[in-house]
Amino acid sequence: MSTEAKRYFQEAVETASRDEIAAIQSKKLAAAVKRVYENVSYYRKKMDDAGVAPADVRSLADLHKLPFLTKDDLREAYPYGLLAVPLSDCVRIQSTSGTTGRRVIAFYTQNDLRLWEECCARALVAAGTTRDDVVHVAYGYGLFTGGSGLHGGSHLLGSLTLPMSSGNTDRQLQFMVDLGSTVLCCTPSYAAYLAESIRERGLRDRIKLKAGIFGAEAWTEEMRRDIEQSLGIKAYDIYGLTEISGPGVAFECAEQQGMHINEDHFIAEIIDPETGEVLPEGQRGELVFTCIDKEAFPLLRYRTRDLCILSRRPCSCGRTHVRMSKPLGRSDDMLIVKGVNVFPSQIETVLIANGYPAQYQIVVDRQKNTDSLDILVEMTPEMFSDDLTTMKRREGKLVEALKAMLGIRADVHLVAPKSIERSEGKAKRVVDKRNLYQ
Amino acid sequence: MSILQLSVFLENKPGALGSFAKVLRQHKVDMRSLSIAESRDFGIIRVIADDPRAAAAVLHEEGYIAQLTPVVAVAVPDEPGALTRILETLSDSGINVDYTYAFPARASRSACIVLRTGDLDRTAGALEAAGIQTLSEEDLKVC
Repeated sequence: MSTEAKRYFQEAVETASRDEIAAIQSKKLAAAVKRVYENVSYYRKKMDDAGVAPADVRSLADLHKLPFLTKDDLREAYPYGLLAVPLSDCVRIQSTSGTTGRRVIAFYTQNDLRLWEECCARALVAAGTTRDDVVHVAYGYGLFTGGSGLHGGSHLLGSLTLPMSSGNTDRQLQFMVDLGSTVLCCTPSYAAYLAESIRERGLRDRIKLKAGIFGAEAWTEEMRRDIEQSLGIKAYDIYGLTEISGPGVAFECAEQQGMHINEDHFIAEIIDPETGEVLPEGQRGELVFTCIDKEAFPLLRYRTRDLCILSRRPCSCGRTHVRMSKPLGRSDDMLIVKGVNVFPSQIETVLIANGYPAQYQIVVDRQKNTDSLDILVEMTPEMFSDDLTTMKRREGKLVEALKAMLGIRADVHLVAPKSIERSEGKAKRVVDKRNLYQ
Repeated sequence: MSILQLSVFLENKPGALGSFAKVLRQHKVDMRSLSIAESRDFGIIRVIADDPRAAAAVLHEEGYIAQLTPVVAVAVPDEPGALTRILETLSDSGINVDYTYAFPARASRSACIVLRTGDLDRTAGALEAAGIQTLSEEDLKVC
């Protein structure tokens, strides 16, 4: 008994005319601004300072009047300052890794979770998933949004959901074979790793995968082709961020030409990261989101720091929602390694706390589609010891502390003083050999 | 009695040891012995030099991380069983050896053994009580 594949999860809204979308957005925007102004004193003050009243924002055309929110605002308002409902209405938090300052904690009401799951269900359907599919969720579960996002979407769609979480490759492959997983959801690098393991073990003929939804880190078209060929699937990109909800803010359709942003929930703008001016469609700039449906954590004009391009050209899939390119870079120094957000400042904090100098270099590479994070640290007389055991113990402690801070393992390499390349006296902080943003 | 050994941080990469040796040659540092404790990314180079303080100063000037580490040195006849006597003495006193190495003495048919332990005073005391003479820096020069 098989269900005919639906083309859309919510056809009416996903294929609404541009006029209808604009009307939906204008109406929801005015209401969202009013709600935020009344309930979030932090943003109310920002609006007051900018001389904008809720009544000034009646439609999309007024959006540019609103002040931006940045990660600095999240830090300042941490943890409850941007909450727009009583805490008792919240049912969930999700979070990113990092220090208190860098860590984002987002709150969700029941409706917010529903909305997020719908977004993920749209992404699953766009990748050809039906209720007859077996959805293998190998994103991390827990505070990270990847696992619970796709998990929720799969439930909503009625597919059999395997809550695998990440890691334990033996178990992943066993379930994939025994339960006939058909749709794989994980980071692209983990997908590549699983593909490699499947090849090594000669399991290719025993797996039934047909599609994969891979996000949370940048990946190239080359990597997509690799994964598609080695697993015999079609690989779909998905985009999201904890601040806005999680994966499913935007997702790819079979066209594979950019990701449709769920515009009935989120308004996207592209701005010049220097001036904050809104740029015309087709220009590369920083992506900014305004949440118009969320209850608990409705960020208005939130600067993602992701640089990309928007396109409203009609898509052959029939969806009318605007498409965003893959992120083409960052307007800050954040790195995404193994799907985890890494800021050089986090690494610096750990180095200094462990007695090492702030002379370091972060080297990110990708071999066989797997990210590596290496940190070169210049040795100092204070940290040097004639005793190798002492040196190794200190190094081990540093590796542990980095793991605790970043959530991923970094390899530490102690190097000679003044050996790290300097520009204008400062050590060159980051070398990213992955060329993700060509 | 203890002497000073030079302990130097060097990266574990081609050319690092060569450059280091060149610096010592340029400054006419006379090395009696050189040994390496190596790790994946770096090594600790341990050097016995005739004038360890001057050698350390030279290395600091050249940007190296170098420290002076006290070690115990003894001269033994270069024959089978010489090391055993030393180690048995330390073992009897419950002293653990962190590392040890040896190099030929200038006097014929004898060797210098260098020992690093957690308690150098007790090490020297135990050896001397067993009739094994520990060397001073002056002794080492003529040894």
